[in-house]
Amino acid sequence: MIVQALTFYLFSAVTVVAAVMVIAARNPVHSVLFLILAFFNSAGLFVLMGAEFLAMVLVVVYVGAVAVLFLFVVMMLDIDFLELRQGFLHYLPVGGLIGLILLAELLAVAGGWTFAPEAAQSVAAPLPPLAEVPNTDALGRLLYTRYVYLFQAAGLVLLVAMVGAIVLTLRQREGVKRQRIADQLRRRPGEVVEVRQVQPGQGV
Amino acid sequence: MVEFWWTYVWPTAIIVLEVVAILVPLLTAVAYLTYVERKVMGAMQLRKGPNVVGPFGLLQPIADGMKLFFKETVIPSGANPVVFVIAPMLTFILALIAWAVIPFGEGMVLADINVGILYLFAISSLGVYGIVMAGWASNSRYAFLAAVRSGAQMVSYEISIGFIIITVLLSAGSLNLSDIVLAQKTVWFFIPHLPMFVIFLVSILAETNRSPFDLPEGESELVAGFFVEYSAMTFAMFFLGEYANMILMSALATVLFLGGWLPPVDMVPFTWVPGPIWFCLKIALVLFFFLWVRATFPRFRYDQLMRLGWKVFLPLSLVWVVLTATVLQYAGWAQS
Repeated sequence: MIVQALTFYLFSAVTVVAAVMVIAARNPVHSVLFLILAFFNSAGLFVLMGAEFLAMVLVVVYVGAVAVLFLFVVMMLDIDFLELRQGFLHYLPVGGLIGLILLAELLAVAGGWTFAPEAAQSVAAPLPPLAEVPNTDALGRLLYTRYVYLFQAAGLVLLVAMVGAIVLTLRQREGVKRQRIADQLRRRPGEVVEVRQVQPGQGV
Repeated sequence: MVEFWWTYVWPTAIIVLEVVAILVPLLTAVAYLTYVERKVMGAMQLRKGPNVVGPFGLLQPIADGMKLFFKETVIPSGANPVVFVIAPMLTFILALIAWAVIPFGEGMVLADINVGILYLFAISSLGVYGIVMAGWASNSRYAFLAAVRSGAQMVSYEISIGFIIITVLLSAGSLNLSDIVLAQKTVWFFIPHLPMFVIFLVSILAETNRSPFDLPEGESELVAGFFVEYSAMTFAMFFLGEYANMILMSALATVLFLGGWLPPVDMVPFTWVPGPIWFCLKIALVLFFFLWVRATFPRFRYDQLMRLGWKVFLPLSLVWVVLTATVLQYAGWAQS
């Protein structure tokens, strides 16, 4: 038991420190790397709770896909670190104000938190017996039966977002040479190669 | 005190021993894979390969290792030193920790977790970080270009690998690697899933940055790609990581499609050979395929590589997932 507790404190401490370093690090690439560390340790926390499927999905989706894209974008940035540090005092009042408003709103939400009476029934959805079924199975059974419409709707939202992003960035550029494999395969030697008798000193 | 000994110290010692029992043969295999690669390619190109150090050149990997060990680690002055040093370590560590869930035989696995295949997928999707970090931290154009290429390549081919894994786990009805192997008792999955097996073999070539998809290294245009600035042991770690990854991907192909530790036919002369030996033989077979391809094909052009991944492999594997699910459902083979 004590090993579990120690591991829990290790994972959570590293998560918190890494999360702080995400916003404290000067270099944006270091920030992304700390973000990855935070994701990783959260996955460790999921494993400790026995939710191994969620842990693996967190690593696959966030670390393996999302953070790679972040890292790509951030690596391409051409940032002058000295310039970033200038004007900190200049922006402090506005930034501080926004932060304070957000904090006040969060406190208001946390203070007025109640459960709707219907929520209790949803929470009590019949779970498959967790002792017999691995939790991948249990999650799948709930997601694809009780919540199937919500699940599909979430998929559709993501699809629309993806189509939107592609439409926004797609542009037809003039003068781009593309390889057309069908054209290349259709070419026959007779059409493009010609054998000529060249007289000396005359050229083609 | 006695209780403390039996509940904590003794299990830890057992685990450490198991880890050593996996890692020592693995690292030996990695060292000798470099030797086998040079020998096999030599034979295919009518050369002799390494034959000077020791009998048949068998001590060549050790000589190479000593050479790299005694060289100086140079950190370029413009580099980001911390990330520069972490990158090769990350590559090497990721290539090693994935072996925790590989089953070598019936019950012979270090961590028999429920989501073994997802764990492997997660670890292999992290491999891109070692390369991207190395390319960025080197502060060199060649290295950076190679890192960007490699990142795009690995992310693209991971998607088709993901779909292939889904077809296999639909057929096996489990995410546990031992269960996947045991589900192949009647027929190895490469027979019903032959197209997926071919796509998987090509995708793992791209995933491990091996020829003909070795654009990240591209000796002729990027000098050595993302590790151009690395020397001595940092370079050796990338090298070992790449070869350990090759063995890992071969082991994955074996588990998913070639029936893991199961003998080819469940009959007397074959069942005398223990499971781990079958497993190693199958891994060696897939590794030979890696080397054979390297000696045979020229490098792909980058746009062709992307087209192959996104426009050929992705739709094919997606269609195959749907097909497999339909067949399983309507033939009544699906596990509820």
